[in-house]
Amino acid sequence: MRGSSSRDTCIWLALAAMLLAAPAAAEVKFAYIDPLSGGAASAGINAQKHMTYLVDRLNAAGGLNGEKVQLISYDNKVDPQESLIALKKALDDGARFVFQGNGSSVALAITDAVLKYNERNPGKEVLFLNYAAVDPALTNEKCNFWHFRFDADADMKMGALTDAIAKQPLTKNVYLINQDYSFGRAVAAAAKKMLAEKRPDIKIVGDELHPLQKVQDFSPYVAKIKASGADTVITGNWSNDMLLLIKAGKDAGLKVNWYTYYGGALGAPSAIGKDGIGIVKQISEYHNNALPELDPDVAAFKKRFTGKDDEFGYYRLKTTFDMIAAAANKAKSNDPIKLARALEGIKVTTTVGEAEMRADNHQILQPMFVSTFSDNVKFDVEKTGLGFKTDAKINAKDTALPTTCKMQRPS
Amino acid sequence: MLELIVFSLLNGIVYGLLLFMLSSGLTLIWSMMGVLNFAHASMFMLGAYFSYQIARYIGFWPALVVAPLLVGAIGAAVERYGLRHAHKHGAVAEILFTFGLAYLIAEFVVMLWGRNPIANGVPAVIDFPAFTLFGTSYPFYKALMMAISVGMFAFLYLGLKRTRVGLIIRASLTHPNMVSALGHDVPRIFVLVFAVGSALAGLAGVIGGFALLTEPNMAAALGPIVFVVVVVGGLGSIPGALVASMVIGIVQTFAVALDYSLLDLFSALNVQVSRGSPLYEIYSIKIAQAAPIIPYLLLVLMLILRPKGLMGTRET
Repeated sequence: MRGSSSRDTCIWLALAAMLLAAPAAAEVKFAYIDPLSGGAASAGINAQKHMTYLVDRLNAAGGLNGEKVQLISYDNKVDPQESLIALKKALDDGARFVFQGNGSSVALAITDAVLKYNERNPGKEVLFLNYAAVDPALTNEKCNFWHFRFDADADMKMGALTDAIAKQPLTKNVYLINQDYSFGRAVAAAAKKMLAEKRPDIKIVGDELHPLQKVQDFSPYVAKIKASGADTVITGNWSNDMLLLIKAGKDAGLKVNWYTYYGGALGAPSAIGKDGIGIVKQISEYHNNALPELDPDVAAFKKRFTGKDDEFGYYRLKTTFDMIAAAANKAKSNDPIKLARALEGIKVTTTVGEAEMRADNHQILQPMFVSTFSDNVKFDVEKTGLGFKTDAKINAKDTALPTTCKMQRPS
Repeated sequence: MLELIVFSLLNGIVYGLLLFMLSSGLTLIWSMMGVLNFAHASMFMLGAYFSYQIARYIGFWPALVVAPLLVGAIGAAVERYGLRHAHKHGAVAEILFTFGLAYLIAEFVVMLWGRNPIANGVPAVIDFPAFTLFGTSYPFYKALMMAISVGMFAFLYLGLKRTRVGLIIRASLTHPNMVSALGHDVPRIFVLVFAVGSALAGLAGVIGGFALLTEPNMAAALGPIVFVVVVVGGLGSIPGALVASMVIGIVQTFAVALDYSLLDLFSALNVQVSRGSPLYEIYSIKIAQAAPIIPYLLLVLMLILRPKGLMGTRET
């Protein structure tokens, strides 16, 4: 009997806690769905800190049309199925704005689910704000009115990287090495097409696909790159696949320029270390030396989160919040449909330049930087003493690519 | 071409020896105690993290000794206070115990060192070229890795073949009841074997930590391949583990260099295959693309055709 009464107490306490924790009604809820546990958790937790910082900043400035914003996080373990369950929970909790970024497979699942939900639940529409999933399909054949992308897609990034390569007169032989799945294949295809247009004299001396996150020893691949006579390598590899590749290249004395998508991703600068100085290049919308001084929000974030890995790497999330705030202001409403209409074509000025949300396919255009890893920088990353230095800045307008999107707008 | 072949061979041998370092302790534990130790790769990971931490205070060379000893002590404690109790409840309990332990160690590592790879570069004292080949300098640490691996093989092989402890361990493999009937303290030998096996994994981790990446998923990433080595090599056979490691290392390395697919075979045989043909996707897979899968293919084939492995003495 005693056991059961204490169990009852527990249940009552839990219920009371749930009631107390229940948020006040007049709040705008932002659902953040990304990996918070498992192998990809470091990226998800880092972006969650960005969200926390940016929501607090937005609320300190008065929220959206006077309403406070509340952030609710859901763990999806980068799994599309888990993400749909998380989305269901978020909708049950009353969220009308969904943020997600890690993994295009997840983003494709969410954009489909959001589209269906909005068709079936008029008056309760939800917006999907994608800050990092870069599959071009999301703003082309799979585009829909409810999805907005705040990151350059894989093709736009390749456009910038190949522009930078085309400007290097000494580049003659390019080797492509990518992960064997949809993204890696898309990177390889885009690189071949764009290099052929921009510099037909450059030879593609290798086009390698290797299994995703299964290779421990990249030295055989490096031996092949070396034998091919390549002077430049393009890779969309991320996480261990990129770090081990660059490490193996250093061990074998491979002298090439690495053009990467994720050379500056969280954890990469620490793992690459001095091996990458002068040869590892990345494409991003910001890096700590993009401006003469740190962006004020990057500086404030670093003051608040002081861990070794706490870098404000998702600068585009700041732009996302700026655009949402501007759109809410313009629409004079927090209703997702009105806000989405206001987001179309909206322009904001960020610390690195003008950014614009395309109306025809809901793809952001923002300035991009190609930068090189260096030990001679004013602001380092991850407390390594190393950082990135700008090689080239690409203006927002120049990142635009044609789209196949036929946008269906609600009447 | 010659350059590619020589470097591929060298890379294959180095990778094979790294695999042997990793798996020698596991084959020792498995053969002696019959424990399928899922936490073995976790001991490797601990070796990497410990050496990184210790080397910051006392330098690389002392860390190379202290870190494996520390991991060995943890191994002894795990056997004495954990595995011994799980052992009473049979093999399933033991497997589940080591399985859970692997998760615990991974979470422990995340708590102490974070989720991201740590900056565990090649220590400055061994970061110099060992020799130059075809105009390319070869890093010293890889030569050191080879030397340590060969040393491990000699230690285990001679230890098992030429010493009294080795005699008892080998006897336990085939006649466990007789060994205890003869009055040997089998539980104490178990502690010793588990400690030595763990220490070997820790030693492999010191080198593997900077040869690969030191991060909380490294145990999970290397775990499967280690089991392949042990099964293919044959239960309880140290030379078998060495041969299996080298075969896997060299075959995988050379496979990466082969950009051929079934399509090339068809065109050589004048068989017409077009994009519309059934199973075209399978024909177009290059050997290089499938290279990292080859060890697992080897595992499956070995279990079907020769379950006791290359040099094993007992059915797995």
